[in-house]
Amino acid sequence: MLYRENGQFKTSYADDQQIFPIAQDRWLIIGLLVFAFIGVPLLVDEYLFRAILIPFLILSLAALGVNILVGFCGQITLGAGAFMAVGAYAAYNFHIRVDGMPLLVSFLLGGLTSALVGIFFGIPSLRVRGLYLAVATLAAQFFTDWVFLRVPWFTDNASSGSVSVSNLHILSWEIASPLDKYLFCLALLTVFALAAKNMTRCAVGRQWMAIRDMDVAAEVIGIRPMFAKLSAFAVSSFYVGIAGALWGFIHLASWEPAAFSVDRSFQLLFMVIIGGLGSVMGSFFGAAFIVILPIALNQFLPALGGLFGMTISTAGISHAELIIFGALIIFFLIKEPHGIARLWSTGKEKLRLWPFPH
Amino acid sequence: MSREIGEVILDLKNVSLAFGGVKALTDISFDVREHEIRAIIGPNGAGKSSMLNVINGVYRPQQGEIVLRGRRFARMNPYKAAQAGISRTFQNIALFKGMSVIDNIMTGRNLKIRTNLLLQALWWGPARREELAHRAKVEEVIDFLEIQHIRKTPVGRLPYGLQKRVDLGRALAMEPSILLLDEPMAGMNVEEKQDMCRFILDVNDQFGTTIVLIEHDMGVVMDISDRVVVLDYGKKIGDGDPDAVRSNPEVVSAYLGAGH
Ligand SMILES: Nc1ncnc2c1ncn2[C@@H]1O[C@H](COP(=O)(O)OP(=O)(O)O)[C@@H](O)[C@H]1O
Ligand SMILES: [Mg+2]
Repeated sequence: MLYRENGQFKTSYADDQQIFPIAQDRWLIIGLLVFAFIGVPLLVDEYLFRAILIPFLILSLAALGVNILVGFCGQITLGAGAFMAVGAYAAYNFHIRVDGMPLLVSFLLGGLTSALVGIFFGIPSLRVRGLYLAVATLAAQFFTDWVFLRVPWFTDNASSGSVSVSNLHILSWEIASPLDKYLFCLALLTVFALAAKNMTRCAVGRQWMAIRDMDVAAEVIGIRPMFAKLSAFAVSSFYVGIAGALWGFIHLASWEPAAFSVDRSFQLLFMVIIGGLGSVMGSFFGAAFIVILPIALNQFLPALGGLFGMTISTAGISHAELIIFGALIIFFLIKEPHGIARLWSTGKEKLRLWPFPH
Repeated sequence: MSREIGEVILDLKNVSLAFGGVKALTDISFDVREHEIRAIIGPNGAGKSSMLNVINGVYRPQQGEIVLRGRRFARMNPYKAAQAGISRTFQNIALFKGMSVIDNIMTGRNLKIRTNLLLQALWWGPARREELAHRAKVEEVIDFLEIQHIRKTPVGRLPYGLQKRVDLGRALAMEPSILLLDEPMAGMNVEEKQDMCRFILDVNDQFGTTIVLIEHDMGVVMDISDRVVVLDYGKKIGDGDPDAVRSNPEVVSAYLGAGH
């Protein structure tokens, strides 16, 4: 069947307000979910889970959070790593200090703590924007780096802030194997991505985008900038915080503050720029790209070098990675600020007209 | 005409506004009656846009006060003005460029949203019902302005004339009691102007909305407004019904002097 909207007449606004109004999109998403939950576990080996899929899912969630703030609400942040750290260490403290605390509740509380810290560091956004705001959020990064390294209480007196968790389970389901971890991350990501999609098509999402596009006009039609901006900081930090808890508990199992350094903040920002600012889908594209690129280069560059009789060192590969990122970011910022997601939707638009482009 | 002009609904008293050394408005007083179409005219830089910005609190005047339905405001702010039922369009279109026509107009319903963020995230019963109810309202506005065919288009892609119409749609979605229009017909061709005129008259007539209108096209102003204020260099030089204003010598010379 062709990719068409024609013939799918909407008889009510409810139909038109569906999360994916075009039937083919709906089936595509359902198909993807079925594949992710059922197909992937049958096909994939442990290495792929650990090296690619689990990091991809968790970083997608974090990128989604960053995208809510940067892409939808137009506020810059260089502190995403800090909020991952807050989420991870807060969840850790709830986990070890409260007896019998269910894992999911620790995660939610970790996310909520991160949301509160996010609101606090979002306050400067009511006054400043752009570069100044970037500096203010960078302060969050340095502040949390310092806190988790120097205040022993937060890390249960562990030296240099390194902590670990084990025996994770939800009711009687023990999350031990890479497959368990994958399914757990996938389930959380599905829920939070749906929630993000809902928010961005409802009033709160329109408030964020209105503030992003034209703040004076937004205020004139009765949107309070303070509420819109701080709610974006809160929701964004909540998402990033949950991702941080997953990164620590599920992906690493033992970690130290360096896992959430400023490098991570930049990486997440690059993901949303490359993937697509202001697009839920774009967050996934960006995360996939950044997780897969280094691995692909690792495979591909030595082979390419071999063709020309050169040997390429590991250092050479990681330099190539940086160069490619840099070039892509400049390309997307100048040529296509809506990233891979826009290329995707232009593609779909062409497909909708195909094979008769006029 | 079915509408009856009522009591004074908005009263501006001795408003003065300066930007540094530039006096944008000097001691301006005038009033607006319920259901009327009140025009503000004057040469470029006369202070017309500043006047609207004072009314809905974007600018804070150094002196003077605003009396809205008997309530005095020494300082208005945009949010309070919106709550009080004032909405507006902008001289330099201020639409939300990254959003579709529907979403732009939906933002006009913002003050009427009751459900919270969590319900919206879950697309839970009340949030869903609310969204659909507002969508139905917005579709009425879209029908009224005859822009059904572009409802899903990102506003940035629309031609200028249609953007102006969407700007009006967003303001109408608030169901305002007072509508401030800043040069709604500037830069339009004759047909677009006629359409816009018709919309303004229909809004005024069908919904009883009070309208304060800035417009350069004298023909239009004289045709559709009930009373006219004339500003020049931030001072009021005329006020009255169109015929009185037209024959006011000071107004004539200001306009001739400014090369109109
Ligand atoms: N935000 C502002 N900052 C500084 N000066 C301003 C500002 N807004 C308006 N002005 C000045 O106030 C005067 C009146 O401008 P304006 O109200 O836009 O006039 P009009 O709409 O009648 O053309 C002009 O001299 C303009 O330069
Ligand atoms: Mg003006």
